[in-house]
Amino acid sequence: MFEAEVLSGGFSNPAHESARAFRACLEAMARPGRIQPITGATPPAPVSPAAGAILLTLVDATTPIFLAESHDTEAVRKWIAFHCSAPVVAAGEADFAIGTWDALQPLSQFAIGTADYPDRSATLIIDCEDLSEPTALLSGPGIETKQPAYLPAIDAFGANHAQFPLGVDCYFTSGGQVSALPRSTKVEAL
Amino acid sequence: MTEQAYNFAYLDEATKRMIRRALLKGLAIPGYQVPFASREMPMPYGWGTGGVQVTAACLTPGDTLKVIDQGADDTTNAVSIRKFFERTAQVRTTETTAEATVIQTRHRIPEVALTQGQILVYQVPIPEPLRFLEPRESETRRMHALEEYGLMHVKLYEDIARHGAIATSYAYPVKVEGRYVMDPSPIPKFDNPKLGGNAAIQLFGAGREQRIYALPPYTDVVSLDFEDHPFDPSKADHACDLCGSGASYLDEVITDDTGSRMFVCSDTSYCTTRQAEGHTGRLSPKGEAA
Repeated sequence: MFEAEVLSGGFSNPAHESARAFRACLEAMARPGRIQPITGATPPAPVSPAAGAILLTLVDATTPIFLAESHDTEAVRKWIAFHCSAPVVAAGEADFAIGTWDALQPLSQFAIGTADYPDRSATLIIDCEDLSEPTALLSGPGIETKQPAYLPAIDAFGANHAQFPLGVDCYFTSGGQVSALPRSTKVEAL
Repeated sequence: MTEQAYNFAYLDEATKRMIRRALLKGLAIPGYQVPFASREMPMPYGWGTGGVQVTAACLTPGDTLKVIDQGADDTTNAVSIRKFFERTAQVRTTETTAEATVIQTRHRIPEVALTQGQILVYQVPIPEPLRFLEPRESETRRMHALEEYGLMHVKLYEDIARHGAIATSYAYPVKVEGRYVMDPSPIPKFDNPKLGGNAAIQLFGAGREQRIYALPPYTDVVSLDFEDHPFDPSKADHACDLCGSGASYLDEVITDDTGSRMFVCSDTSYCTTRQAEGHTGRLSPKGEAA
């Protein structure tokens, strides 16, 4: 691979662009199922620009990351090493995980926190084909009544919610878009 | 030293990432206190170091910031924090609630209903609602884990036994989504009903105690009470002496040494807006009376 691809693709103005990307993550996590634009990163394929922006904004040397098989390429490893300095670890030890939905299975391999510290749980960044076609109806904190949203599965997220306050939190990314599903959200099929 | 010598919004990027991760976990577990590595800020503890760090992690260059202290835009604490971010983040600032995208507050929720797209950042002195009942962090953490909140109800009951009513008038404990009991920071209990079902994102930062917690929009927040002693969001039984509002939270101000006093809105933005609209109160200048 070209070294240029490893070195490029980060934020051109890190302080400002990571602030905007974080606000997209904040809005997404605060309003589950709502799609937010998130831009500024051009990571190597198959990492989407939205997933790349989340990595640049939240992941660093203090947050080990798990690369699912779909995303475990030489280019991605080098890009994350250069831009985030995050150690790549096994699924059970990771604060963050990135991959396609299928490659990230089973969800039970990720940390869900402890009763005393439910925040010590993994955050999944799930690269999807398309977020625009709703498959589920969401309700719970952050949602006034009901929110239709695309989810790659239903039962797995229902089981994740049933563990509340434990569980994993997910970002769904596609192109320059992100939506989120915290563990607090109730999920039903549309 | 020039402003350019600082990173955008004062904090370094690694610190902001750490705070941002804590904020996102806080939103995912509403009411749970997320530990974070609070930094020394160029102001003393008690002046809003937690709120300032949360605000710094949230601000973007396009934001408009409002800072209030007990509802007022013009007190020392509010003015100095506003100037701090004008200098270090070059953001626009405002005193008008509706114009602001980020509002940092000490001990009040603005009277005007907040909207989607707004973020309310609270300065929190003691984030642990059980702290005065159980001093050990290891124990209170376990009590939250086990949902063991009987002690809090005993405290409220003892209020009733001694005073005939729940005497807690500020920092009134709430239960979030039927799970975590949360300290809403020392806001008057009058403001408690605005915590739940709010369209804005509410973030809480406790700098000295190193805790962050959050309420997503439209979260279910219930003030603890008893069937026979229901929660009462009381306020002073007066109207504002400057704008005549009977619906806002009031400050009592002693005006001389013979015991004269006046009641004024604690929310200065709300009060000045109403005065500009022609509303008058008991002490409004007579010549201008509408």
